[in-house]
Amino acid sequence: MRKGEKVAATVEGKSKRRTPLVDRFLFVVKVLLIGLVTIGFLAFIAQQISPDNWFAKWRNPGATGLSGDQIKGLVISGLSQGVFYGLIALGYSMVYGVLGFINFAHGEVFMVSAYTGYIAANKFAANGMWESNFALCLLIVLLLSVMVSTVTAVLTERIAYRPLRNSPRLIPLITSIGVSFVLQNAVLGIFGPGTQGYPQLPEWLAKQRSILTFEISGIKILVFLVTIVSMTGLWYLVERTKTGKAMRAVAEDKEIASLMGINVNRIIVTTFAVGGAMAGVAGVMFGLLFRAVNPMTGFLPGIKAFTAAVVGGIGNLGGAMSGGLALGSAESIAPQLILEPLGVPGVTQLKDAVAFTVLVMVLLFKPSGLFGERLSQEDRA
Amino acid sequence: MTALPSSLLLDWKRIFKWGSICAAALLFVSLVGMPIKLDPKSIISPLLSLGYVSLLWLPLIFGYVASSRVVLEGVETRKPGLPDLLTGVLTGTIGGAGLTLLMLGIENFDIRDPLINWSPQLLEVLAFGARDLNSAVWIGIGGALGLVGAGLHLIPENLRRGASYGFFTVLALAIFEPALDDMSEGFRLEWLVELIFEKRGGLKLWPAIILALLIGLISVVTKGKAKNAVAQYREQEKSQKKKTSVVLFGIVAALGIVLPIFMGTYVNSLLANVGIFLLLALGLNIVVGLAGILDLGYVAFFAVGAYTTAVLTSELSPFFAPGMTWVLSLVFVIILAALTGLFIGAPVIRMRGDYLAIVTLGFGEIIRLLFLSDFLKPYFGGAQGILGVPGIDLGVVYISGTDTRGIFYLVLFFCAIAVYVSWRLQASRLGRSWMAIREDEQVAEAMGINTVNSKLMAFVVGAVLASFAGAIMAARVGSVFPNSFMILISIVILVVVIVGGMGSIPGVFVGAFVLIGVLGGPKQPGLLQEFGSLKLLVYGMLLVYMMLQKPEGLVPSARRTQELHQEEFLQDAWLKGTDDEDEEQTAAGEEAQI
Repeated sequence: MRKGEKVAATVEGKSKRRTPLVDRFLFVVKVLLIGLVTIGFLAFIAQQISPDNWFAKWRNPGATGLSGDQIKGLVISGLSQGVFYGLIALGYSMVYGVLGFINFAHGEVFMVSAYTGYIAANKFAANGMWESNFALCLLIVLLLSVMVSTVTAVLTERIAYRPLRNSPRLIPLITSIGVSFVLQNAVLGIFGPGTQGYPQLPEWLAKQRSILTFEISGIKILVFLVTIVSMTGLWYLVERTKTGKAMRAVAEDKEIASLMGINVNRIIVTTFAVGGAMAGVAGVMFGLLFRAVNPMTGFLPGIKAFTAAVVGGIGNLGGAMSGGLALGSAESIAPQLILEPLGVPGVTQLKDAVAFTVLVMVLLFKPSGLFGERLSQEDRA
Repeated sequence: MTALPSSLLLDWKRIFKWGSICAAALLFVSLVGMPIKLDPKSIISPLLSLGYVSLLWLPLIFGYVASSRVVLEGVETRKPGLPDLLTGVLTGTIGGAGLTLLMLGIENFDIRDPLINWSPQLLEVLAFGARDLNSAVWIGIGGALGLVGAGLHLIPENLRRGASYGFFTVLALAIFEPALDDMSEGFRLEWLVELIFEKRGGLKLWPAIILALLIGLISVVTKGKAKNAVAQYREQEKSQKKKTSVVLFGIVAALGIVLPIFMGTYVNSLLANVGIFLLLALGLNIVVGLAGILDLGYVAFFAVGAYTTAVLTSELSPFFAPGMTWVLSLVFVIILAALTGLFIGAPVIRMRGDYLAIVTLGFGEIIRLLFLSDFLKPYFGGAQGILGVPGIDLGVVYISGTDTRGIFYLVLFFCAIAVYVSWRLQASRLGRSWMAIREDEQVAEAMGINTVNSKLMAFVVGAVLASFAGAIMAARVGSVFPNSFMILISIVILVVVIVGGMGSIPGVFVGAFVLIGVLGGPKQPGLLQEFGSLKLLVYGMLLVYMMLQKPEGLVPSARRTQELHQEEFLQDAWLKGTDDEDEEQTAAGEEAQI
């Protein structure tokens, strides 16, 4: 053997041996995760074909399968949950795109809006206007809540984040955890602990309707409609107006944007305001749909919305919405579709765990998200 | 040009800005319910309660801030004088007017439906208990406090120092009253406590004044001595330094061992709480402070420690109940915690710092949800948890969960281990690689540090320390429930580490004693139990304030300060001129030697 070959061989051997243990472990984890999902899904299909199938009975002897209506119901509830994640995720995604940090307090902006909506709606209900003139009341409640949440978002930026513009990435994140804590506990202190209820919806909105064989309640249709309208508005703002262009420019490179005559501070405030407004829309819709708010309402949806933003690719607005819908459907369907056939009891309790597992899986398999992230060069590092 | 001398012109914009912020702050504090909730805690009986302090300090501080002037290097600043006093008074007045409006509002409108504190109770507190007090009195109070605040700029430094020391002594004495009460029995000093404190809480008026004056005087006399002592200690030779450290450490250790004998149940259980959180914070300090990994799911390791202990020691564990002794179970606790650390650490280790934070938070939640679920109920008891965790049999002595003194000694022992481990690790090869990773991961990797392994080690060490805390917690409470391991705990521990100072062991001690001892943990009461649910609000505000004003913490570690204020240091060096370059080099050389 010649000397060169020998060296090459040793180098090759070394590089082979050098596959870090962590990577091997991660490989095993990935295989296990995919295996579990596949087996669960196959078992689901087996039980759908026939619940007496041996494969269906293998892990879950009581397998019954789901009826078509059940599956449709799961999809609808998943999507209507996902709409909220999507709307909140827009704010995370935009702020991350522009400033490069996770605004942990964004979920609390959503909660503040839901609270404002509850106060305003109950005041209307006390006057009897809520029943007699619902559409007008709803419009006022929506506008008011969106205004309050926008102001909250802008204020948090002004007080807590602006002074930290140039500090290391983790510092604003830790600050935003503090802001989230403050907002939660301020609401708790001012409005009291405990869950507060929205007033009853009018009959025509609450009743079930049948659209394309899907059974769907009127309020869910309203939620979808409002979401479509606000997404269109946002798309128009970001893609078709000068402000939107400036926002994209700031997200790409702050320094050069300011050299081009863009007022970076103003654009950042606008970003927070738009994100806050989207969370505001989500807050009121959430209140109308689930008819209950408490000071902790924003915490889990907030984190899951961040998950949605990552799933869709952070910085990517369409991605944030689709990520939200995907996450909502996943956490609604996956327990029944994958965990139940695996013989896990009480699957609905694991909804949140499924959402976080989706986050871990996306970051393991495709860290840039399903639709690709859009970040400036420095944030990608 | 104006005929008025420039010194009489007031900066009206500034006054209105700070005045309205002050008014908003006062309204916020009132509506959040601080005056009502904190009123029962008397400071100087019957003059002053903590509820009023929560209101009164605001105009004072805002008066002080509004009247302070920007000092620019090289630009002559005018002497403080009448305009500054006026600024302070006006700022305080605007703030006080906010409260007057609030009182009028409560009298005339009823919006108690959403605002629970918009109540006659708040009105009564604001009117000092008098029924028909004119609400305009707050305008006067605000103005007076603003004047005092502005006046702080004018009085000589010694006086300012004395006054603030005196005030804080009285405040601290009032806060520590329950602890002093409890301790006095052990030391047979009840007479002293009776001399200072009123029976129903709060200091007596005259002792408070005398003590404040005394401490104020002492503080003026001993001014700068403490700083000198620290400087002296720093300048000592290495061997000498070591000797002093050992002596100091010996004194602290002796105090820690001897004092609990004299203390009652109250202080001991308080200290045990502080100790458990201290242990957690020391662990998190390694992860966040040294390695710079923001782990928000730290509570997961606490839960693993507690559950492992409970399953292995409790006879009532639903699935597997070997009924081990606590000490034996500790071996398994360590192994399982380390494995969990590896398991949680491995997938997240390559992620960006901020993604890592959210993913670890997710893991923390997943672990709690799994313990809570029906899925694992046959093994861990679901929401009912595991009951009947026995006490700790050390062979020589038996420490039951209710024996607070024994638990405190145990906690002390484990804290000592944690301090020793973090102290030794800090200067070790591993510790230095952590700090390198914290400063710049890519450069560290280029320097040949195996970043993945180092970061995983941080996870493992932190996990094991947290699991100790969990094991003690399980034995102390006698049961474990999934809902004792909320994400909230992770965040409170994070606040402790950050307020104290990331990466600084004395800082973590200060943070744990001040926050957990005084305010209390998420569910454990502290010295000021009156805070109740408001303490979380205070935690949040402290976190934001610290990040904005003092990210390096109360007792900063030198290196961390340099990292966070790198630009300022560079600027200073640049301002001082080139001759400082040599110094920088020698400093760098010294650090390398260490």
